[in-house]
Amino acid sequence: MNLLEAARIAARGLRTNKLRSVLTMLGIIIGVAAVIILVAFGNGLQRFVADAFGPLANQIQITKTQGAISGNRAARDLTDADVDALSDRARAPALGSVTPSVNGSAVLQVVGDGQYRSSILGTQADYLDVANRELVVGSFFDDQQARNKAKVVVLGPNPVATLFGGRAGEALGKDVRVGRTTFRVIGVLKGNGQQDDVAVMPLGAARSYLLGGGDVVDSITVRAVSTDAVSQAVQQASAILDQRHAIRNPDERDFTVTALQRLLDQSSQVLSFVTIFVAAVAGISLIVGSIGVANIMLVTVTERTREIGIRKAIGARRRAILQQFLIESMILTGVGGLLGILLGIGLSVAAGVVLPRLVADFPVPSVSVGSVVLAFTVSLLIGLVAGGYPANRAARMRPIDALRHQ
Amino acid sequence: MIELEHVSKVYRTGDIALRALDDVSLRIDDGDLVAIMGPSGSGKSTMMNILGCLDVPSSGTYRLDGTDVGRLSDNRLADIRNRKIGFVFQSFNLLPRTSAIRNVELPMVYAGTKDRRGRARRALARVGLAERGNHRPNELSGGQQQRVAVARALVTDPTMILADEPTGNLDTASTVDVMNLFVELNEAGRTIVLITHEPEVAGFAKRVITLRDGHIVGDERR
Repeated sequence: MNLLEAARIAARGLRTNKLRSVLTMLGIIIGVAAVIILVAFGNGLQRFVADAFGPLANQIQITKTQGAISGNRAARDLTDADVDALSDRARAPALGSVTPSVNGSAVLQVVGDGQYRSSILGTQADYLDVANRELVVGSFFDDQQARNKAKVVVLGPNPVATLFGGRAGEALGKDVRVGRTTFRVIGVLKGNGQQDDVAVMPLGAARSYLLGGGDVVDSITVRAVSTDAVSQAVQQASAILDQRHAIRNPDERDFTVTALQRLLDQSSQVLSFVTIFVAAVAGISLIVGSIGVANIMLVTVTERTREIGIRKAIGARRRAILQQFLIESMILTGVGGLLGILLGIGLSVAAGVVLPRLVADFPVPSVSVGSVVLAFTVSLLIGLVAGGYPANRAARMRPIDALRHQ
Repeated sequence: MIELEHVSKVYRTGDIALRALDDVSLRIDDGDLVAIMGPSGSGKSTMMNILGCLDVPSSGTYRLDGTDVGRLSDNRLADIRNRKIGFVFQSFNLLPRTSAIRNVELPMVYAGTKDRRGRARRALARVGLAERGNHRPNELSGGQQQRVAVARALVTDPTMILADEPTGNLDTASTVDVMNLFVELNEAGRTIVLITHEPEVAGFAKRVITLRDGHIVGDERR
């Protein structure tokens, strides 16, 4: 009696109870599909976040520390001189670009039309690159315009919505009064959901016409030459500013240096926790499915006691009976697992096609090979474990008792 | 050849010991047709279980073709049942929802025999059911089902066919039918042991052994 023979007998046993076999399998199918789908959604989300924020991974944000600092001194402002010092490649070789900016707010007004209070950002020509943003229409100001404090402005989507009814093309080339000065709209930013309520202009223009403030800058965005050089860049920038602000003890710093990479690492860690948690919840349905298999196998063994008796009387060894019922339960969970994998992959792919059309920017689920392999292995293991006890019980029956069973 | 020497079987439930077989010695030669008779409680079923290697004696020895089967493991007993004994039961005990030919093939599946289909066909033809191989038990009459069971019992060419009340569930015509089959098989050289309480059935046997309270009280040759 070989395994193939046992498999044939087991398959015949399942075929004689088709409906029951299919219903039992359904528990495994749903469990496996749920695990695969939910892990795929989690992966999609992780990938989405990585794609969206990956380009920011080499950014370092430097701001003045808010509130009291230890050592009981007033925090010194960041200034143009600080920016110049950071831009010195000889002292800070790990720093690629240094982009200062000033913030404030002002009323934007179109002649004869409405008005809108917006935040103002004065910065340099490389802002788009540094902030990882795009324009819907028009162009950004260049280095020369920045140096000449040109009265040009690039609007975010919110002011365009209020002042121009959301029509970016209409805004282009129009004059807008910002505070008491007239600026020309040369471009419109694409929304990113975070900084849409903004009007961007050359740093010098913002200082001269709107915000004042002399040589103070509100924040400095530094980019490391590569993502690998981020921690080096943080050290070099901190050292330069320590020297300029006469700080000996790092606890008494009056500025804050934050690498976005650390935040990104944290957020992707959180996302993978979420993915694992969600997969574990799906795993519960797999456990419920396996209890169903164990239950049905127990019923099957009891129901077929007489058959077991006949087989044993005719010469089936314990092992043959054990194999028969173990293989039955493993066919249930193995075939259930395969169907669940097909269903899970199918639904994930379908969701990737349909959902982004219904919800803009919906992260496309991505099926992970690991989850498929794991789900299938687990379903086979379930077959072994859930079928093990009933099969063992069948194998241990004494033929006389089993034959007497009605 | 079947030899029982001083075989006893004691069942214990709590403090009560029931002596189902008490010091029974018996020898059945190859080619015999023996009926073991007795009222219920006489030890017939115990005798059947021990002869069929479904149970082992509490004391004494049972030799089947020279092998002492009293001290064998479960697996070895299964092999002995598979190769040396063909069972025919009162309630037929065919696998439900399984065709006659597959039922006949079953012992050969566990033995790993080659050409199962051919041998099963010949066995079915031997019991006169060549045309019914694809029928399921519920599509056959009682007499036909019992003949399928006989085919299953003889397909492995066993030392002995052991029939436990083989006609208990059959009408008179089928009873005669099945008993004639046993006589035919015996005439072809098969050893057959019938367990029965019906004198008409025992009437087909060459030798009748009577049991009462676990003892052999009669042994006559006809």
